[in-house]
Amino acid sequence: MTTENLDVLVCGAGYVGLSAAVAIKLAAPSLAIAVIDAAPPEVWRKDQRAAAIAAGAKRMLTTLDVWQTIEPEAQPINEMIVTDSRTSDPVRPVFLTFGGEIEDGEPFAHMVPNVSIVKALRDKASAIGMPIYQSAAASALDLAEHAARVETADGRRFSAKLVVAADGVRSMLRDMAGIRTQHWGYDQSGIVTTVAHERPHNGRAEEHFLPSGPFAILPLTGNRSSLVWTERTRDAERLVKEDDFVFEAELERRFGHHLGALSLEGGRRAFPLGLTLAREFVRPRLALAGDAAHGIHPVAGQGLNLGFKDVAALAETVVEANRLGLDIGSMAVLERYQIWRRFDTVRMGVTSDVLTRMFSNDIAPLRLIRDFGLGLVDRMPAMKRYFIDQAAGIPDESGPRLLRGEAI
Amino acid sequence: MKQAAPTTIDQAEVDRFSAMAAEWWDPQGKFRPLHKFNPVRLTYIRNHVAAHFDRDPKSDKPLSGLRILDIGCGGGLLCEPMARMGADVLGADASRTNVEVAAIHAEQSGVSVTYEAVTSEELAARGERFDVVLNMEVVEHVADVDLFLGSCAEMVKPGGLMFVATINRTLKARALAIIGAEYILRWLPRGTHQYEKLVRPEEIEAPLAASGMNVIDRTGVFYNPLQDQWSMSRDMDVNYMMLMERPQKA
Repeated sequence: MTTENLDVLVCGAGYVGLSAAVAIKLAAPSLAIAVIDAAPPEVWRKDQRAAAIAAGAKRMLTTLDVWQTIEPEAQPINEMIVTDSRTSDPVRPVFLTFGGEIEDGEPFAHMVPNVSIVKALRDKASAIGMPIYQSAAASALDLAEHAARVETADGRRFSAKLVVAADGVRSMLRDMAGIRTQHWGYDQSGIVTTVAHERPHNGRAEEHFLPSGPFAILPLTGNRSSLVWTERTRDAERLVKEDDFVFEAELERRFGHHLGALSLEGGRRAFPLGLTLAREFVRPRLALAGDAAHGIHPVAGQGLNLGFKDVAALAETVVEANRLGLDIGSMAVLERYQIWRRFDTVRMGVTSDVLTRMFSNDIAPLRLIRDFGLGLVDRMPAMKRYFIDQAAGIPDESGPRLLRGEAI
Repeated sequence: MKQAAPTTIDQAEVDRFSAMAAEWWDPQGKFRPLHKFNPVRLTYIRNHVAAHFDRDPKSDKPLSGLRILDIGCGGGLLCEPMARMGADVLGADASRTNVEVAAIHAEQSGVSVTYEAVTSEELAARGERFDVVLNMEVVEHVADVDLFLGSCAEMVKPGGLMFVATINRTLKARALAIIGAEYILRWLPRGTHQYEKLVRPEEIEAPLAASGMNVIDRTGVFYNPLQDQWSMSRDMDVNYMMLMERPQKA
């Protein structure tokens, strides 16, 4: 069996793995990079989810020359409203509204189908000659002193200076490296589905904090919206299995009638919510990125954007070290990535955790406090600005360059 | 070792570093401060060399075609990056153990570096010449600073560069670099640096000026313990780096 010698082996051909491989290769064309992925070919096309791409991540994708391909499928979020209500309330008081622009003409986020992001990145990878091996699940990992070795279930062997584990929240590589995780479960699941509606959404995103959890309506192109509907896991599993008539009736009770008649598009799935944090993000010759490092549930829509932040920081760390002739898989180099990302990740995780616990209930005093808080924020432009800037994810001078829209 | 000719080697220093040789490449080990410091000094060297020899610092091999001497190379922490950036590198060290550790590491890493257990006087006497001479964290460990710097300067080609990095002999340096780093933070083994052997900037400039070198840049290097990061600074009281050029002959 021959061994393929690489500088960087990326495991996982989702948006995190692909963008990491593309970002490093574009800035350091001399590095030999390949991507392996456990799924059979074409499975990625079946993903029906959509994601909110924050302005920082969009700037990075623009710099990587892939946003241009995604843009026709991207719906700008022009406005966002937040309400807190019981499902039966006829009118949901709006506590918080956000205008959607961080700068003239730059919305703080876009809604994009996952398939469009992955397709654009795969096209880019193929244009720059980067191999992507499907049906290639990592089956063995050896983090030796001078190179990591990876074997795959379909019989490939790789040797690489650096292995990037972007293989998701149940990362095999993370487990093989013996990195432990801390997990918080919520006994809640997010039902993800797409609906078509009669009237246009005008680019407005809605987040309703219902007693069972947040119910988010996120605008897609055309008269369509993507839903993230949180319920207790038992209820969520029951709901996705119901026939369309029952599911639609339950949906309409929560969605309301302001966009006219609704019809379901495509399938529906329930994803259990939880927070999984890896205790370390790096080992000698191994870096975790995206959900492999931190699976964060989608209450604030930050999972994908945290993943892109990892990519921007990791790519910059690796490219700069390579330009100095340093060993890109050494701890001396990878430590910088870990320090750069850990603080932000833990902060985001804690914020999401607190939000979930505060908003997923119907306890009257808590509700009063949070409504008072939301109402207060609504009357404070500086505070709103802060939240919008956080959601936009564009870092200051100390942050990764790609997220500011600059090449590495 | 022959002792007849004047030498710059301090045998006690050579023995001290030989004993730690196996740890050179452990980023968490005794040489951790050097690993943390490495990107800062590499950036300084690369950017100045690239500017001087008209190269693009972001290119793949910005140092290609340049012959570089790293005197007092230790385990090769500078030699390997220099070679990866394209330079033809000779790593020289008075400790045979260091040179052996460095050579094995380079081979295992797949980097091409020539290593030799040899002194700067011997190399100069052989008539060796280099585009760039790196003299990093060494002067504070030699027996005769003037003789050492003179022999290094002799090996710089006309139009070539020499980098010197060391620790200043000030009370601040004594407090931070010796008492702080060796006794309080325990980053470095006790006795790594001795106050009397530290070297002031003017003590570097004088012998080098006499050898026909011009100082073209100097900078302080500052460690921020809260961020655990090194950065450039105007303050040269503790760690500092200097850049010298041997002018082209008219």
